[in-house]
Amino acid sequence: MDLFEYQGKQYFARYGIPTSPGGVASTADEAVAQAEAAGYPVVVKAQVKVGGRGKAGGIKLAADAEEVRRHAGAILGMDIKGHVVHRLWIEHASDIAEEYYASFTLDRPAKTYLGMLSAEGGVEIEEVAATNPGAIARLHVDPVRGLDVEAARRWADEAGLPDAARDPAAEVLVALYRCYEEGDCDLAEINPLILTTGGRVHALDAKVTLDDNARFRHREWEEFAATETEDPREQMARDKGLNYVGLSGDVGIIANGAGLAMSTCDVVSQVGGAPANFLDIGGGANADVMSAALEVINADPSVRAIFVNIFGGITRVDEVAKGVIEALGRVDLRSPIVLRLDGTNVQEGRALLQPHLSERLMAEATMLEAARRSVALAAAGERGSEERA
Amino acid sequence: MSIFVDETTTVVVQGLSPTSQGLYHGKRNRDYGTKVVAGTNPGRGGEVIEGIPVFATVAEAVEATGASASFVSVPPAYAAAAILEAAEAGISFIVCITEGIPAHDEARTYNRLVQDHPGTRLLGPNCPGIISPGKCNIGITSGDIALAGGPVGIVSRSGTLTYQALHELSQQGVGQTTCVGIGGDPVPGTNFIDCLAAFQEDPDTLAVMMIGEIGGSEEERAAEFISEHVTKPVVCYIAGVTAPPGRRMGHAGAIISGSQGTAQAKMEALSAAGAVVAQNPTEAGVRMVEIVKGLG
Repeated sequence: MDLFEYQGKQYFARYGIPTSPGGVASTADEAVAQAEAAGYPVVVKAQVKVGGRGKAGGIKLAADAEEVRRHAGAILGMDIKGHVVHRLWIEHASDIAEEYYASFTLDRPAKTYLGMLSAEGGVEIEEVAATNPGAIARLHVDPVRGLDVEAARRWADEAGLPDAARDPAAEVLVALYRCYEEGDCDLAEINPLILTTGGRVHALDAKVTLDDNARFRHREWEEFAATETEDPREQMARDKGLNYVGLSGDVGIIANGAGLAMSTCDVVSQVGGAPANFLDIGGGANADVMSAALEVINADPSVRAIFVNIFGGITRVDEVAKGVIEALGRVDLRSPIVLRLDGTNVQEGRALLQPHLSERLMAEATMLEAARRSVALAAAGERGSEERA
Repeated sequence: MSIFVDETTTVVVQGLSPTSQGLYHGKRNRDYGTKVVAGTNPGRGGEVIEGIPVFATVAEAVEATGASASFVSVPPAYAAAAILEAAEAGISFIVCITEGIPAHDEARTYNRLVQDHPGTRLLGPNCPGIISPGKCNIGITSGDIALAGGPVGIVSRSGTLTYQALHELSQQGVGQTTCVGIGGDPVPGTNFIDCLAAFQEDPDTLAVMMIGEIGGSEEERAAEFISEHVTKPVVCYIAGVTAPPGRRMGHAGAIISGSQGTAQAKMEALSAAGAVVAQNPTEAGVRMVEIVKGLG
């Protein structure tokens, strides 16, 4: 789960990472009230989960209430790379002497944590990595031992931070590490981390991605989850406990297992079609799960054909076939289904399906044939709807 | 021969109770012929459940039965502790099928094993387990779709694609030495290279099928290893060509970050390393059958 900047800063505050005084606003009036509380001058910042807000005009400095009102009015409702601005973060403007970059993430090949620190902050770190890789000091942190303030000081020196910033920066780095590790973040990034003209070091921005697998031990994440804006199809799937990712094609996909679901999307694409979604129904393909999956697919107006691809292991194919037949009795489908069932007890499963086969429910023996059939049906459905229009 | 587990492997199932997943899968594994010698449950020491003696701790189970491997299918919140308990009891091979373990628990557990228990191998988490057909099956793979006798070794990040691969080969009469599901999480205890190295050493494995997916760079690192150390033919398949960047595709580790971890980059690296790269799982099966037939 990605957090908005203001949520990231709230999360940082739990771990003692200093940020500027400020507050959230969703109207121009609220923005003015937050600005009065924070103290002028203030920065009015669009809250969207995408980079490049400044260039898009989503971050503005305001010296008084009138400017806050004007900027808030312009930024609220703005579309930044497809993300509509519904909230603003208003904070007291900082006197910036220098801008740095700091982050922690998992180094997957090394199987340890990777800290990145640079004296060149305020720009995209990918850009720094490409143009001046020597400007990034990388520090591998052993997840068992952790990071202490001594190591953080040496790291700050290595990154070329000035003496005045070293000690306060080291405190922030240790706090950021705690936030990353104890706070179960996939990514905890401060860009820019600033040194003020008064000699303080604090976070001017916050980019935090939380590990969804750790939800069970973070009740405080519930408020973050409540503001997650997502595809209505994905919302519906989540409510039904299904593993779904919305895509833009017209062939609805249902498969058991993440790998097979990905592979099914790929094969549909290889034969010239376009998958409407990724949907993994997991191991137990019973009637309840199958019905829920078909309801989600059926609610997607782009879908013209449905490809159900099940490999029966522990869940035998005859059980899957029964589940599909029962689910079809419960859900009134708009689109035809192509089934590919394989694996344990495949003969029994296919025999069970045989009397139910029609031009709305077809079976194919292989993944490739089923993909071709569903892509052809989706194309025919497309033509049909154009003719009706 | 086979890798990691064989007919001499003895298994303790952690978290055994009359209603646990561990009992369900442990019984299936035993029915397959796996030597399931013990279970553990802190509240049920001394009981016998479905013929499996239960001990309060793994240490007691090891002392009484000499179990060499453990099977962990406890819920995510308890999995890290269960893995470390097994390692501390001297278990040398731990299979963890639990899905949904926080990434930091995995990172801490992995590094703790490396530092304090270098003789212990962890398979998983979030994996289907391991099967050496005809000898030993630990995990959730259906034994019916595997065929004993080799000569193919399989290593995969995905569960159902692994079953698919087993099925495609078995149907054509091509057997397997061992099939290892390494799992789809960001910090796998055992990776592609560990398995490729073991298959290269195993005299009965004559060819390797490797099934990868988007996310991370394990496939690229495996490609380097193949070009330098693997003389046996390798057939690969990578899932997730159509996956959008920045989205987790079911598995916690299956995510393209920026331009990193794409299926295309992985396929190119493997192809450059001399592996046969198939476009779909069926083609991977067909290519492997051709290779095995060519071996005479």
